[in-house]
Amino acid sequence: MRRLFTLLILMVWSFSAVADNHGGLIMHRSTQTFPEAMLALQTTIAEHGYTVSRVQRVDIGLTKSGYETDKYRVVFFGKPSEIRAVKHSEPQLIAYLPMKVVIFSEGNETMLVAADTSEYSRRVKQPHIRDLLVRWNNDIRSIFSDVK
Amino acid sequence: MSSLYRNPVARCFSVFISLFISGLVHAAPSGSALYGQHCASCHGYGGKGGMGVPLALDSFQGSVSDDYLAKTIRFGRPGRVMPEFRHLSDAQIKSIVKHVRSFSSATPLQDSALIVTGNLVRGKRLFAQRCASCHGVNGEGGKGTGVTFSRPRELPIIAPALNNKGFLAAASDSLIKSTLMKGRVGTPMQSFLKQGMTEQDIDDVVSYVRSFEASAVHAAQREAKHGDSSTIVMDSPHDLKTTIEQVKNAALAKNFRIIRVQELEQGLVEKGSENKNEVMVFFCNFETLNNVLAIDPRLGLFLPCRVTVVERAGKVQVMSINPRYLSSLYNNAELDTACDEMYRNYIEIIEEATL
Repeated sequence: MRRLFTLLILMVWSFSAVADNHGGLIMHRSTQTFPEAMLALQTTIAEHGYTVSRVQRVDIGLTKSGYETDKYRVVFFGKPSEIRAVKHSEPQLIAYLPMKVVIFSEGNETMLVAADTSEYSRRVKQPHIRDLLVRWNNDIRSIFSDVK
Repeated sequence: MSSLYRNPVARCFSVFISLFISGLVHAAPSGSALYGQHCASCHGYGGKGGMGVPLALDSFQGSVSDDYLAKTIRFGRPGRVMPEFRHLSDAQIKSIVKHVRSFSSATPLQDSALIVTGNLVRGKRLFAQRCASCHGVNGEGGKGTGVTFSRPRELPIIAPALNNKGFLAAASDSLIKSTLMKGRVGTPMQSFLKQGMTEQDIDDVVSYVRSFEASAVHAAQREAKHGDSSTIVMDSPHDLKTTIEQVKNAALAKNFRIIRVQELEQGLVEKGSENKNEVMVFFCNFETLNNVLAIDPRLGLFLPCRVTVVERAGKVQVMSINPRYLSSLYNNAELDTACDEMYRNYIEIIEEATL
């Protein structure tokens, strides 16, 4: 019975994973301007229970160095307990923590890009971390869909 | 009914069926929704382009068939940003194509199964004279892979890579021949008939382009790189503090500027309760940064450059992402050189710091 249930769950999981697959990156175009999308991104990250740890202003450094650029930020975020769980169980992923979303303007619209964390799940041994990475992936997609 | 739900197998089966049906509902939405989900981020909701080519251009829509669009979605362009969508059903792709067609009133090209037979030697010579200046000597396409950021789009469509496996799978001989004969209005691709080439000349060029199939580009090489480890890790013989200083010095010696040094948990947990044994050193070379963002603005996921120093049970390790592994996620062959350079920088900095 348990085996049957596991099999069924795996079938459903793999079906939904395939339906959502978009290569190694998750990308989203928001029709909002950059400041609106940036605000919406930080708000929805918090609403999903994550903490924004830092916003890196890439464009400022470029402009100060004399390069012409548009608005560009990297938003770092995570849940402390989950970050600690990954660091403890799969230390090779430390270099990828915390999670990141790249946000930049393209004309009057805004692009959001994140790594598909389920890509990393193929390289981890611990099943609970694999599940966590898949959930992070789903959460990022949900966050992006909230940034309309 | 109630007896059915008392049976655990039946109950489990009904849950599975519900989930499966709900999955099917999600898997077969309208062309507009599928386009929004899979295509709009690059091509724009109205097909006006961005990172991807502007699909709404009349001259583009009028010179390609539905089959070409469907196969382009199915196979993508390996190494040229456009991903493959092999997991989509034929019906889903058909509905995306229908939606793409709604962007323009141009009449689609009616494709045929015509196999063009020309003279390869003449075709090669003509290609070098007439096509190579835009499409590259070996049909590798224009630079830029369609990505736009912080720079004007000089052309509405960047010359496609004719030696690309995805292009060759999507473009029929008749489509290539038709494009050569008619050109594409509003792009540098002019009618070669009007420029004095004969139909036989054009057939020779089509045959030469088709011969690119013999040399599959990038796919094998990129798949091999995909096998690279996701992280670069080296043990340090020094204590944590010394190792951090060594990393900073090594980065400075490689012409990077130190952006900041902070605990990994900073900003995530209450101030003062961060794990002091996990420290990130961020550094940047703005010229390199500007160059890589011009190749692909999505590369910010690598940025800023960072090396993490971790101490566990008295053992200090220095680690970074592996740019060669990450580059395989982008489907952008132009990134390979930049990622190889970033890889070498990380290796040299970490080696220097752990000497």
